[in-house]
Amino acid sequence: MTMKNSKFSISNRSRQGGFFHLPNDNMVKTIGVATLLCLVCSIIVSGAAIVLKPQQVANKLLDKKKNILLVAGISDETKTVAELFTQVEARIVNMSTGEFTDAVDAVTFDQRKAANDAEYRVALDKSQDIASVGAISKYGNVYLVRDGDDVSKIILPISGYGLWSTMYGFIALESDARTVSGITFYEHAETPGLGGEIDNKKWQASWDGKQIVDSQGKPVLSLVKGGVTQNTPDAEYKVDGLAGATLTSNGVSNLIKFWMGEDAFGPYLERVRSATDQVSAVTSINSEKG
Amino acid sequence: MDLLSLAVKAIFIENLALSFFLGMCTFLAVSKKIETAFGLGCAVFVVLAITVPINNLIYQNLLQEGALAWAGLPEVDLSFLGLISYIGVIAALVQILEMFLDRFVPALYSALGIFLPLITVNCAILGASLFMVERDYTFTQSLVYGAGSGIGWAMAIVALAGIREKLKYSDVPDGLEGLGITFITVGLMALGFLAFSGIQL
Amino acid sequence: MPSEARKALFEPLVANNPVALQILGICSALAVTTQLSASLIMCLALISVTAFSNLFISLVRNHIPSSIRIIVQMTIIASLVIVVDQVLKAYAYGISKQLAVFVGLIITNCIVMGRAEAYAMKNGPWNSFLDGIGNGLGYSLILIIVATVRELFGSGSILGYQILSPVSDGGWYIPNGLMLLAPSAFIIIGLTIWAIRAFYPEQVEKPDFEIQHAHNTAEHAKAGGAR
Repeated sequence: MTMKNSKFSISNRSRQGGFFHLPNDNMVKTIGVATLLCLVCSIIVSGAAIVLKPQQVANKLLDKKKNILLVAGISDETKTVAELFTQVEARIVNMSTGEFTDAVDAVTFDQRKAANDAEYRVALDKSQDIASVGAISKYGNVYLVRDGDDVSKIILPISGYGLWSTMYGFIALESDARTVSGITFYEHAETPGLGGEIDNKKWQASWDGKQIVDSQGKPVLSLVKGGVTQNTPDAEYKVDGLAGATLTSNGVSNLIKFWMGEDAFGPYLERVRSATDQVSAVTSINSEKG
Repeated sequence: MDLLSLAVKAIFIENLALSFFLGMCTFLAVSKKIETAFGLGCAVFVVLAITVPINNLIYQNLLQEGALAWAGLPEVDLSFLGLISYIGVIAALVQILEMFLDRFVPALYSALGIFLPLITVNCAILGASLFMVERDYTFTQSLVYGAGSGIGWAMAIVALAGIREKLKYSDVPDGLEGLGITFITVGLMALGFLAFSGIQL
Repeated sequence: MPSEARKALFEPLVANNPVALQILGICSALAVTTQLSASLIMCLALISVTAFSNLFISLVRNHIPSSIRIIVQMTIIASLVIVVDQVLKAYAYGISKQLAVFVGLIITNCIVMGRAEAYAMKNGPWNSFLDGIGNGLGYSLILIIVATVRELFGSGSILGYQILSPVSDGGWYIPNGLMLLAPSAFIIIGLTIWAIRAFYPEQVEKPDFEIQHAHNTAEHAKAGGAR
């Protein structure tokens, strides 16, 4: 009895020994091994992904909350992030009108992702796009830090292109919507040691007290070369540039001008400023009447 | 982002070989002769120019969160399958390219020899697809990026081959001979390419 | 430990270091070496992937049809890398953001594929597992050397602890910015290879062309003049 051990036939021994005794070149075995491998691998991979997904999503949200608390200057070793975040209220603002809206859910909406979503995307033309972000979302995220009923800080997400990458961060403004109280960049790929110094805590602290807009309401805050001290003229509109990182510094100046300007949060900040001005005008009239 | 400035970035400023160190293995092993290096560079260019856009289509239409809305499954997020799909596409394309060259351009096929199947495991090819996903490019941008990175990588490898040919007759210290001096040369080349950083068109 | 196993585990550390001798696996390595902590996680990821992929491939090695051999190896490796990536995203979110695409690049890391093809296809599961760990450790050694040098001289810190106090914090050390850029990694590896070959001269490569006989022009002129 001849045994044909060709690629397409199954010899007697194979028939007796089952699938695993087939010669490796055999067509049936090849397809069988491939299918079995695909099944096993997909089960393991999908299993891992599904089991770990809730933890991953939680991590992302936690990270964002940590950054917001950081820029707001809220820290308390004894409390958890969730506890501290109860002071922060998430709102959505319509970029063009500057008004609060409930069109989308404030907690889950992410203006960064929405900028790529056809439903919310607003493309920018070259003259508007000074921060090289391409497009923004028509709704923006605003985080208000509450002190009782009053708003003590306004936190806004900002982003813009530096030298190598798009830098993403948050800026915290005092309730007057003019004075900076903090800034942080949580994601970027700038040159470590040069542009990467946007992570330097001391440099970030130098933003404290700077004014975003001039008396006419135009965004003028920018980074300048050569150091800024109290004696520098118009020091409140200038922040010290990063040594050896001209392009990253320009990127930061551009992104501040963009996000505080009329194509992004400008309309919203204008409303807050005129509301605060009215309130302080009333208070000063009252005190004059006194 | 402007397509031209994306192309310039991909070729010079974010050169896959010299700024991100991708594709170094084949790079270092193959760059001894300019002809082989050039042939490999061309093959990598073709593979990159085809796989990056295809992977972009797969990511946008099958894997991304919400991508399967056209099939009635808007909540499914298959992005974790990304890695294995991209490498599958790359392996398949290289196989097809091999068969194509064997049939229609046998001279090139025999010149490239073993390097053709090695392109599958070239970090630069997978790396380009992963960067494309991370930066969320559109289809046209992926096409430009894939072609641009291919050109950049090919340029780097041919330049290195040229330098190594010149170094053939140099008196290199014993411990640095071969691998050591090549690394240092690549380091100096990378330093040179840093000069392109910050160019914005 | 039986000698085959010992060989599998310790040889790849220096005598047969995959990076230094076999030119394997440096791709994903270098971009993460600006920080030692990121590099350590990368090393752990690579060691686990190499060891387990060697193990699984060795277990099924007798049943892999040769026509789909490479794809089978790649599927096993890719699945392992996806699992490692998911675990990192879940339990080490900060570091996984830094490592970003480089964990995915372990799939194409030449060491993993190289060992699968060269060792795991021909040896038993336990030895293959050890070989995977050994090669992973060899790679880690080089990576840690490069990362330590780059972080120490580039930022003045190791693992985040400030060792050399930089000028921007009021100290004396002006950080060497070049250490944080791409070219330095290549040069450091070149110098490390030089150091290794100084201790292990058998690893030194022979040059392709050697000058056979040096001509001293003065002697030549004397000889020529005397004739």
